[in-house]
Amino acid sequence: MMIKVNGENREDFDGKTLSELLCGLGYKTSYIAVEMNGDIVKKDSYSTVVLNDGDSLEVVNFVGGG
Amino acid sequence: MKDTFKLGNHEFTSRFILGSGKYSLDLIKAAVENAGAQIITLALRRATTGNVANILDYIPKGVTLLPNTSGARNAEEAARIARLAREVGCGDFIKIECIRDSKYLLPDNYETAKATEILAKEGFVVMPYMYPDLNAARDMANAGAACIMPLGAPIGTNKGLATKEFIRILIDEIDLPVIVDAGIGKPSQACEAMEMGAAAVMANTAIATAGDVPAMAEAFKYAIAAGRAAYLAGTGRVLETGAAASSPLTGFLAD
Repeated sequence: MMIKVNGENREDFDGKTLSELLCGLGYKTSYIAVEMNGDIVKKDSYSTVVLNDGDSLEVVNFVGGG
Repeated sequence: MKDTFKLGNHEFTSRFILGSGKYSLDLIKAAVENAGAQIITLALRRATTGNVANILDYIPKGVTLLPNTSGARNAEEAARIARLAREVGCGDFIKIECIRDSKYLLPDNYETAKATEILAKEGFVVMPYMYPDLNAARDMANAGAACIMPLGAPIGTNKGLATKEFIRILIDEIDLPVIVDAGIGKPSQACEAMEMGAAAVMANTAIATAGDVPAMAEAFKYAIAAGRAAYLAGTGRVLETGAAASSPLTGFLAD
């Protein structure tokens, strides 16, 4: 059972919600945006989206840039 | 009357857009304040896990965030980054960067125009970074751009207004704010762009690589304000040949 987060495999999140994963990995939701299997997940859905084996997540935030 | 310019439905009095790349988070607040900037650019990248400082905590409240699409090589990638940036929840401004050329980092105007069309339709305030080409600028304007952002010189070079004559054409022909972005290395160059009638100047590397970051941000603020004031005043004419005395040519003392 693997969930890919920013290219890294993560275990132990199968059946958990996206909120639980983000919180477990230490992300603060007000700073980030999430794409799951290529689709954006709205912030108000984090607590209802359930993760399944093979899901791939991109978690992004702002950094300095020109 | 206040001298303002508009991007979408938003009105700004500061004509200095500040980049936030390549200097420490601790300097950002002072740089923004010294610059008097109301818009600051950001990039979007994969988030690192754990309790790391986030740039959003260092930007003074009330400053408009302008995410860029750096890293995008075509319109589809730019649109993907733009949608994610909006989802963070800091507004709908987007600076489009579509760059395939990794040596000179020149923007791809064709892909940029396509991205402009896609994102303008989705309600973004689209600010396309572009190579100063009149036809491409017209395409971007027709596609719904809120402004155009022609480069003065390749990104990060501090070489100044190498494309001056072409930016002049854009200012003359395009009925949108023309914001000179990239390559501006010194306050004098920012001032010159403003004297020419640019609506605003964006700078990052010039500030980030200066000896004193906040002090250089302030120097740019004055230069941009001076250039704007000169543009509004109308610069004096240039004589092709000869000279013209400034002092009266009568009333000289007798020999």
